[in-house]
Amino acid sequence: MLVLGIETSCDETGVALYESSAGLLSHTLYSQVDIHADYGGVVPELASRDHVRKTLPLIAEVLADAGVRRNQIEGVAYTSGPGLVGALLVGAAIGRSLAWALEIPAVPVHHMEGHLLAPMLEDDCPEFPFIALLVSGGHTQLVEVSGVGRYRLLGESLDDAAGEAFDKTAKMLGLPYPGGPELARVAAQGDPGRFRFPRPMTDRPGLDFSFSGLKTFALNTMHKELPDHHTLDEQQVMQTRADIARAFEDAVVDTLVIKCRRAVRESGCKRLVLAGGVSANRQLREKIQQTLKREGGRAYYPRPAFCTDNGAMIAYAGWQRLKAGQHEPLRFNAQPRWQLGDLSAVRA
Amino acid sequence: MRLLAIETATEACSAALYINGEISEHYEVAPRQHAQLILPMMEQLLAEAELKLSQLDALAFGRGPGSFTGVRIATGVIQGAAFGAQLPVVPISTLAALAQRHYRMQGARRILPAFDARMGELYWAAYEVVADGLVTRVGSEQAATPERVDLPAGEGWQGVGTGWATYSEILTQRMGARLTAIEGGLLCSAQDVAQLAVRRYTAGEAVAAELALPVYLRDQVAKKPA
Repeated sequence: MLVLGIETSCDETGVALYESSAGLLSHTLYSQVDIHADYGGVVPELASRDHVRKTLPLIAEVLADAGVRRNQIEGVAYTSGPGLVGALLVGAAIGRSLAWALEIPAVPVHHMEGHLLAPMLEDDCPEFPFIALLVSGGHTQLVEVSGVGRYRLLGESLDDAAGEAFDKTAKMLGLPYPGGPELARVAAQGDPGRFRFPRPMTDRPGLDFSFSGLKTFALNTMHKELPDHHTLDEQQVMQTRADIARAFEDAVVDTLVIKCRRAVRESGCKRLVLAGGVSANRQLREKIQQTLKREGGRAYYPRPAFCTDNGAMIAYAGWQRLKAGQHEPLRFNAQPRWQLGDLSAVRA
Repeated sequence: MRLLAIETATEACSAALYINGEISEHYEVAPRQHAQLILPMMEQLLAEAELKLSQLDALAFGRGPGSFTGVRIATGVIQGAAFGAQLPVVPISTLAALAQRHYRMQGARRILPAFDARMGELYWAAYEVVADGLVTRVGSEQAATPERVDLPAGEGWQGVGTGWATYSEILTQRMGARLTAIEGGLLCSAQDVAQLAVRRYTAGEAVAAELALPVYLRDQVAKKPA
């Protein structure tokens, strides 16, 4: 079955073609990061406006790249939530009506299910069940995945998502938008021994997270070390910023690793999947891999392009549901607060 | 000539099928229901006419101005359908469609359609019916305050649309005796989009699916931090 996947939940337009026997045929992504950079964050209305301009040209691009005619598509999958309602509606409207015109089924896909199943696009993919850590600008969740649609939320962030804390702290440090990856770059120059930030909620049982306190801790450290009338030279200021970035990154990564280890031990499942934008963070990848090795298991991650938002994971998750006979009637919807737990299981 | 038109920019949701001069339409006032209603309406019109989408010559849609989300629903639906069926698209101004509807219902020949654009502004334009029974714009489409929208020259103008309900006092005052009637409750309807689209299609003004894009009129939607 040849499935077209469309992702428009936030500030990236992703389109892909997945074929059930041949695998991924083509995928492409357009990032709106330059559009939102001047505003210091995603402007929902501008995001929606750009998706309307980009989605069809990207669909045409993947068809041409894969050498496929539009009437060979057998199913359409689009992200229906969670995400920005206006942005979601664009992909849903185009995807649903394209399927109607081609007289093929369409299926709405849960964005996080896309991320959970993204490692299945790789040759070396995990078997079910596995534990997944979803870390992005919008989510920090630990989920037990025992099959397609069989998800159990083990823990999540009670306040900021890890990626959000990265971005906000980066902004405080005066780093350019989007700050997360930039903070990690600066942190690489930092001295890991100079500051030590707390590892929130690791001293009590449970798998929930809290990252907003770390952001405040970083701010307080900055005010103390770099007051308005300091006498440090430029080099010292840069180094202090790098040291704060390093302490912050180490704290976030350690916290995530500690909770992952706890989830692996409590569940007895030794396969761990890292997904979401923050899973591109190198420190996190390395430490998770070392930890899982020590636990006698291993970590899996999608290639970096499929850690962040993309159309390939939507095409894949959509195919899983289409082949199980699921499809959307002749309407479409954005579900900005769709819960992972509301999904139905798919028979293997 | 066979053409399918949709309109979802106001609280009304509608689809109309034009076949050689005859028009059938499904129309419902259903706020926030457009994404549920529009494709079934299109499907039903085709079924009633025993036509397939691919047997049409073109698609048309109300390209705005209006509710940003509403305009994007129509745009997205038409883009997907036109791309799938490889049909050309005729984008039609919702202000023109509203004026056309008022002409069709009341016979008025000088029409000032206005939508309440919120933030103290109107989406605004002026239309006249000349010879072919279709409205033609005089001047430009605008997003502006009721104090600043351009008023047309001449007598015998009628105001239509939600903008006239919200700002009747200031607009009536500015137009004075040149205004003869106000119809503040009128919403857009796809059959008028279809009528106007036939003229533009015949004039060779249809575009490819990926060029079927909204016209918002308001482009300042966020403030950049200082």
